[in-house]
Amino acid sequence: MSADFLYGIEVIINGLMAGVLYALVALGFVLIFKASGIFNYAQGVMALFAALTLVGIMEGEVPFSHLINAIFGTEIHHFGWEVPALLAILLTLVVMIFFAWAVQHFVFRHLVGQEPIILFMATIGLAYFLEGIGDLMWGSDIKTLALGLPQGGSLWVEDMTSGLGGDDFYGFFIDKLDMVATVVAIVLVTGLILFAQYTKQGRAMRAVADDHQAALSVGISLNFIWVLVWSLAGLVALVAGIMWGAKSGVQFSLSLIALKALPVLMLGGFTSIPGAIVGGLIIGVGEKLFEYMIGPLVGGATENWFAYVLALIFLVFRPQGLFGEKIIERV
Amino acid sequence: MKMKQLAAMAVTATLAAGVASAELVIPDLSYRTGPYAAGGTPFSDGYQDYFNMLNARDGGIGGESIRILECETGYNTEKGVECYEATKGEGALIYQPLSTGITYQLIPKATADGIPLHTMGYGRTSAANGEVFNWVFNYPANYWDAASVMVNYLLEENGGDLSDKKIALIYHNSAYGKEPIRTLEELSAMHGFEFTQLAVDHPGQEQKSQWLQIRRERPDYVLMWGWGVMNQVAVQEAANIGFPMENFIGNWWAGAEHDVTPAGAAANGYKSLNMNRIDASLPVFDDIRTLVHDAGNAAGDGSNMGSVLYTRGMYAAMLAAEAIAKAQEIHGVSDVTAAMVRDGMEALEITDARMEELGMARVGPAFSVNCQNHGGSGLGIVQQWDASAGNWVALTDYIAPDMSVIQPLVAEDSAAFAAEAGIEPGCL
Repeated sequence: MSADFLYGIEVIINGLMAGVLYALVALGFVLIFKASGIFNYAQGVMALFAALTLVGIMEGEVPFSHLINAIFGTEIHHFGWEVPALLAILLTLVVMIFFAWAVQHFVFRHLVGQEPIILFMATIGLAYFLEGIGDLMWGSDIKTLALGLPQGGSLWVEDMTSGLGGDDFYGFFIDKLDMVATVVAIVLVTGLILFAQYTKQGRAMRAVADDHQAALSVGISLNFIWVLVWSLAGLVALVAGIMWGAKSGVQFSLSLIALKALPVLMLGGFTSIPGAIVGGLIIGVGEKLFEYMIGPLVGGATENWFAYVLALIFLVFRPQGLFGEKIIERV
Repeated sequence: MKMKQLAAMAVTATLAAGVASAELVIPDLSYRTGPYAAGGTPFSDGYQDYFNMLNARDGGIGGESIRILECETGYNTEKGVECYEATKGEGALIYQPLSTGITYQLIPKATADGIPLHTMGYGRTSAANGEVFNWVFNYPANYWDAASVMVNYLLEENGGDLSDKKIALIYHNSAYGKEPIRTLEELSAMHGFEFTQLAVDHPGQEQKSQWLQIRRERPDYVLMWGWGVMNQVAVQEAANIGFPMENFIGNWWAGAEHDVTPAGAAANGYKSLNMNRIDASLPVFDDIRTLVHDAGNAAGDGSNMGSVLYTRGMYAAMLAAEAIAKAQEIHGVSDVTAAMVRDGMEALEITDARMEELGMARVGPAFSVNCQNHGGSGLGIVQQWDASAGNWVALTDYIAPDMSVIQPLVAEDSAAFAAEAGIEPGCL
């Protein structure tokens, strides 16, 4: 087989892996939108905040230490202990659940019945608030996420496939971190589907997603379900923050990964978990393949805009997205 | 009558107080928040700490105290312009925006307002031609110098011959990232190396395609023009594909500690340029520690002292302070204006002896500025990251750029700007 063909396959495989990472971010948007009709602008910042909190807890940092030191003239930065990764992840989840409760209790409970644009604006405010609080709590320096996740190309895959082409083919490159992200995403999505299908809370969540009023009339607490949904979005944000943070260190640009989720949502629909996954994969493969084939002819850096072009094309023919609920306006 | 006398006395007292409390106003267009805060914070800490040290140790510059006006830009061009507009009326003497995007917006504004801009190692490269850009200075070095220094280093490494080499440039797809391309194209034609370019879109979190291309094409060297998250991801991706880190060289905005630490041991051997040497034992740090940090006046939490970007911020402040002192010397007044500071910048002469006297021996090279040359000497060093020790090691002394390539490019670009803006080149 020619090296060009094999490298094309390599690009597709890596595009699928990148798509999984995009889908991880998009999932958080879908969960909240499906259950409450809120487009959560803060999802990217939630990923950043969760990752910052995880590193802070692991390293035993004192939250708000800069503020405390500035006010009281103290010099405290660390508690003097380190927390094992698994325990730190669980503690971060507790923080994200508390955040979900606070969001519901202090913001959205007061906005019930408001126009979607008002709710969207509230999430913009939430995003900036969360970014500021994250900065105050943990500082703005870049943090290393030492979870021991494997990094680098798989030499085994490279060796096994290097014989497929000639001397100018070096075997397939597959990042071990991307493999881990794929497994984690499969486990996460399976878990979410099982939760939604087979647990009481999951069924209640689906009932709220289908019809708020009907769910309310059969005794389902909307407040509880929305806290639950924001907590699940917090879990997804934590997973996305870990995977992206492992690549670049935990830093404030992590909040910009939300930009990668938007074309995925446009393509997969705002209300479908499978849509987020398939949308992520299509965007990942599409943008990587376009960059590989057309990029060199037009000066490269095509991925950002091509993802949106691809999403727009789908949007024109299927406004609700691939798996979104069909829009029917009865008059 | 009594009332009139009282009013006159009050006005006189106010004016006298105004004269007595004259200050040297220096805005600090910093970015301590947002995606680029990790780079902006240490620079700003070093910039402010040096001025605060001068206030505490010498009572300012020439007996005039310094007032720093910090304004948060978030590395956002619009906010940077807002900061400029909000602070210029306070009597600002010099601006160092630490952003090429903001610099491009401020060049016409600062020129019209008569306030000097110092864009050290960034901004518009052809501003080195002081006859066209009377109010803009980019000493001690600029992007085109950096590109040439990199190639000169590689020539040295390869016995003076790069004719069979492939060199790739991975760059931030912005005005900043594109700056070295023209110079590298010229140098490619001159030295015969094959030159390829790989653009990375803002912010640079996703670079898989670019590094797969590098893996396919196997260049001998990869040069990088990155900033922010692009740097950390690039270092990690280079390690992922097994690219030899000693053949991966970033410019001086891709060579801070936080650019390499997230990749851990995998970043070992990565190289970058630096326009300023780093040395934690510099005497100037003792003064800053004692007079600023211990006195509770540090701009940050003190943890950045001695780092690459802290040292660069401090170096930038020193160059501003020296220019102000020069302006005071030229004009014979201590309460200088922005126009006088411009004169001081244009007559600036930094010698090794002066650097040593200031407690920062060899942090930067010796250079002088004049009307024709606002760009300084263009020298840079190459440093390498030692992951186990967690520090940068200087590999070379200051390397000179190839001015025979750069000067014509500066002349051509600045002439085009002058024609476009209707500027008659000449000295002020």
